Amino acid sequence: MSTRLVTGGRFLDRSEYAEFTFNGKPYRGFKGDTIASALLANNQVLIGRSFKYHRPRGIVASGADEPNALLNLGEGAEFEPNQRATTTELRDGMICKSQNHWPSLEFDLGALNNILFSRFLPAGFYYKMFIHPRPFWKHVYEPLIRQSAGLGKAPKDRDMDDYEHFYAYYDIVVVGGGVAGLVAARVAGEAGARVLVIEQTAHWGGRVLVDGGTISGQPACKFVEDIVSELESMGNVAMRKRLMGAGIYDHGYVLCHEQSDGHGPRHRLWKIRARRVITATGAIERPLSFAGNDLPGVMLASAIRDYAVNYAVSTGDRTVVVTNNDDAYLTAIQLKELGLEVPAIIDARLDAGGELAQKAKDLGIDVQSGMAIAEIKGRGQVAGVRICSQAGEGTVLGEIDCEAVAMSGGWSPVVHLWSHSGGKLYWDDKSAMFRPDTKQPPTGHDGNPFVIPAGSASGFLSLNDVLNDACAAGKSAATDVGRAVMDNAAPHSRACKTAPIEPVWLMPQGADIGKRMKSWLDFQNDVKVSDVQLAAREGFESVEHAKRYTTLGMATDQGKLSNINGLAILSDSLNQSIGQTGTTTFRPPYAPVSFASIAGEARGPLFQPVRKTPMHKWHEDNGASWEPVGYWRRPYAYPRAGESLRDAVNREIVQTRNSVGILDASTLGKLLVKGPEAGRFLDMIYTNTMSTLKPGRCRYGLMCSENGFLIDDGVVARIDENAFLCHTTTGGADSIHAHMEEWLQCEWWSWKVYVANLTEQFAQIAVVGPNSRKVLERLGSDGFCREELPFMSWKGALLDGIKTRVYRISFSGELSYEIAVPAKKAQMLWDDLIEAGGEFGIAPYGTEALHVMRAEKGFIMIGDETDGTVIPQDLNLHWAISKKKEDYLGKRAQMRKHMISPDRWRLVGLETVDGSVLPEGAYAIADGKNCNGQRNTQGRVTSTYYSPTLGRGIAMGLVHGGLDRIGEIIDFQKVDGTVVPAKIANPLFYDSEGERQNV
Amino acid sequence: MSDNPVDQGAEDSVGYVSIRQLGDRDIMLLRGDFAFHGFNGALVAATGLGVPPRRGIIGYGNIQVAWMSSDELLVMTDSASTEKIAKSLEQALKNQHFLLAEVTDSRTVFEIRGDLVREVIAKLCPVDMHPDAFMPGEIRRTRLAQASAAIWMTDDHSVRLICFRSFADYVFNLLKAAAKPGNEVNAFEKAI
Repeated sequence: MSTRLVTGGRFLDRSEYAEFTFNGKPYRGFKGDTIASALLANNQVLIGRSFKYHRPRGIVASGADEPNALLNLGEGAEFEPNQRATTTELRDGMICKSQNHWPSLEFDLGALNNILFSRFLPAGFYYKMFIHPRPFWKHVYEPLIRQSAGLGKAPKDRDMDDYEHFYAYYDIVVVGGGVAGLVAARVAGEAGARVLVIEQTAHWGGRVLVDGGTISGQPACKFVEDIVSELESMGNVAMRKRLMGAGIYDHGYVLCHEQSDGHGPRHRLWKIRARRVITATGAIERPLSFAGNDLPGVMLASAIRDYAVNYAVSTGDRTVVVTNNDDAYLTAIQLKELGLEVPAIIDARLDAGGELAQKAKDLGIDVQSGMAIAEIKGRGQVAGVRICSQAGEGTVLGEIDCEAVAMSGGWSPVVHLWSHSGGKLYWDDKSAMFRPDTKQPPTGHDGNPFVIPAGSASGFLSLNDVLNDACAAGKSAATDVGRAVMDNAAPHSRACKTAPIEPVWLMPQGADIGKRMKSWLDFQNDVKVSDVQLAAREGFESVEHAKRYTTLGMATDQGKLSNINGLAILSDSLNQSIGQTGTTTFRPPYAPVSFASIAGEARGPLFQPVRKTPMHKWHEDNGASWEPVGYWRRPYAYPRAGESLRDAVNREIVQTRNSVGILDASTLGKLLVKGPEAGRFLDMIYTNTMSTLKPGRCRYGLMCSENGFLIDDGVVARIDENAFLCHTTTGGADSIHAHMEEWLQCEWWSWKVYVANLTEQFAQIAVVGPNSRKVLERLGSDGFCREELPFMSWKGALLDGIKTRVYRISFSGELSYEIAVPAKKAQMLWDDLIEAGGEFGIAPYGTEALHVMRAEKGFIMIGDETDGTVIPQDLNLHWAISKKKEDYLGKRAQMRKHMISPDRWRLVGLETVDGSVLPEGAYAIADGKNCNGQRNTQGRVTSTYYSPTLGRGIAMGLVHGGLDRIGEIIDFQKVDGTVVPAKIANPLFYDSEGERQNV
Repeated sequence: MSDNPVDQGAEDSVGYVSIRQLGDRDIMLLRGDFAFHGFNGALVAATGLGVPPRRGIIGYGNIQVAWMSSDELLVMTDSASTEKIAKSLEQALKNQHFLLAEVTDSRTVFEIRGDLVREVIAKLCPVDMHPDAFMPGEIRRTRLAQASAAIWMTDDHSVRLICFRSFADYVFNLLKAAAKPGNEVNAFEKAI
């Protein structure tokens, strides 16, 4: 029985109730409770089922180390699985459900695993059992295991809460708001540093509030109260509760996860840069390994006193304390002082002569030295303990009835954050713990240490040592960030006489296999002493291998309770010291952080930017069906009522080819390249020669990477003697700008060339089709005839009073004008053009019509005909590669043996024999198979469309032998295994003489 | 060029800070060799302002000059004086290597005002917004979530943000979400 005490409870506000349900049962707690304390106060001891054997499990700990009490929290849009009851503050109306049981928590069929199969589910079971026959894993074993294993449910509804990020910068971040963190922060704060102190719980003070003691003559609680208000009054010290230090990374990057206090975003992810980090993260108590140590009612000694003191929860009328160190005596003393019974303290040590032991004895508690727990009595819950001698093999010497067992196997400093960024550890035999090795700290960009451990996180367990260490850490950090520290003495506490800890990794030391199979190391992943021993016997000597083989420490608690005990058992089995075995790697986050907090604001409509051209709204209003192009949205087509997308595309093409169409080409990149050496620069950037271009003229050009591959193409217009405007693809606007800057800044830094990205300054409107000239002339300007504005030239023009630049270029083979107009006037001009084109039935067309029309003309598209492995020569673009130039980017690479090989696949047109449309990306098959037994191929489709102009499917592809094979018929494979025969043809399908634009 | 703006979407919004799109500025991009003696002189002659210090923004009344990189400046003016300044710069720099381009139409400027304006920015930009670290007179090129932006403060409670025009709706909605009442961080409250 666990229950609420009538008085006490430091964290409780008894004036305010919080009603909640657990598996549908209504319960009541107080404001200030955690879910765990409220459940215990309502005698809900059974909290969940274990992962593998579905053993009944209760609450073990009182903090982030809790392995068992994971709950499904909330419902619908607020649902969250795997929430730790011990770290989740209780709120009125909470709905909690236990996890991993079927059909109910109390009656669970999976528990049969424990009774029937536990001897068949040892370490490495999965690897051994499920390897044969191979197909069984996918179709039989995995579905079965997935059904029985796993913890929380995946949320089904869209999360309704807010999440966000916060970027912050401090001189010093102190992780941990216990007495060590507070003292270190005060020292650094007094020195004038910009300090942030964070605490993962809702309370300052840490363990000292429960464990008591006096600091500088004051009760510890009063000291904490004073130092907190002192820190709060410092303008340079920020304090934040419910903010967990999740990880420390290079360059002083600290990731922290904030829980809501009931207001604001549910979680907030803090991305902090700190010059120094003090890890005052405390220590975690270790369980003891004895038979039945996982039964509900067996808890950490510190947790039992936390619940008693902080939440006024008695976890049982009678509590047996079992320990190998002095600290657990505090639990016995506290319980006794609260009027509860402690029938015995089972101390594995022969000599338990510390001050606390004496005090316990004085209180009349029976202290049994050299003793151990042979096993726990009770089914589903603790009913008592059978005791034996620690030195023996478990012969029962007596029985003690009790409802709770408080165990303490010693303390492990929380070295996680120290280790994340490379801090090393050493095994301290005397204290039986891994401690930060301050001689091998995490180092920053300057080679200096940037993480400083403080207090019990550094391995100091006595209050006085903690205070001294914290003070030193604060001074060291403040000095490091260039602050003068005052030479104040550290607060002090009277040293308490203690008896040394005695490492106990198995209880009793000679426990037989029956006991070892019931001695749990990892509660959440169901790993027992016998499993680790088996792994060692089977040759898993490296701690990392043994971890993965047994799954020790691989659950959501990442082995906070189990790791040290597990590797101690491993070391013992391997007959080597724990220091030799070492630990597994500590990786961030310290405790789980939510995916939603990582996503932050980037969800729903803000998932990604949507870039909009000046005519975006018009497109939207006119029924555009969108295509994402990078962050942009471009109209794919403008389907009208009753029209399919395909119909719309065909209509747009026919309209454009027969009369006139209009296209929003604003997303095209527009890079202004200016300077006396701009021509020289562009001759290097493009494969052809740009320096010879005359002002007023345009030239199509290709850009290659250093490795010779085609990266972008577009039309270059010469603006004047010193300036060129380079059009890039939509996707290339930013990357080609960066490409140019890189070459100018890193290689050709002395060249007098500047580049400016004017992509967004100008909208670009293409007016395309045989009537396009008439449309332009209607806007009050002439001079667009072939003599005044020949093909591949440009001129400035006033169109309906708007200053524009008109380029006579064509990506469709039609008479075509692209009009650049300042973005803010673009919609006006667009409207004017639509109106002027009215009598010609002018209609907007989208990207698909654009693609089909360029394919009809055999024009390549970056990203379709190129994929990063294609050189211009593959695309028969030799005409756009200067032979005269000494050099251009990619030239040398294109001379490599492989690049000039006649075996390269080259661009061809493809006409299906039956007129159908080839599947996208289809491969042309060849005879025989390759060395992997796959069918040989001889080409692939790069672009494929239905051409309404020609009334048949057209395609382009890269084919072995290229245009040398014109007229040949090759087979393209479809997904269904059949083939489509297609004839190799010239890719110029339409108007091969270019008559249509030559008007 | 700023008459008849047709930028969509961005209306005024009041969260726990106010967000307003500004449309009254012309913006020119000027690249050149700051160390060249004639460059600073040309700038002073045209604007009354010299080259600002690194990451600095200087200005008075309707003209501001912002440092964007070691060879790039933004010149922000009211539309009445744009043409005059551009002509003056072009004339004075004509024998030098420089680039001057009007970019008014390609940029959108927001003004974000409020006591907690610093923390709204710090939710989105990896910039130290602490009052000791970021002050009026400084401009930072940064990112606002997934969009490029530059920010500066005109006084301790107001931030100006410049971004590309096509991102305006995204940026506005980001700011609005970050300024949702109830989601205050109060991280700088002591310092302010």
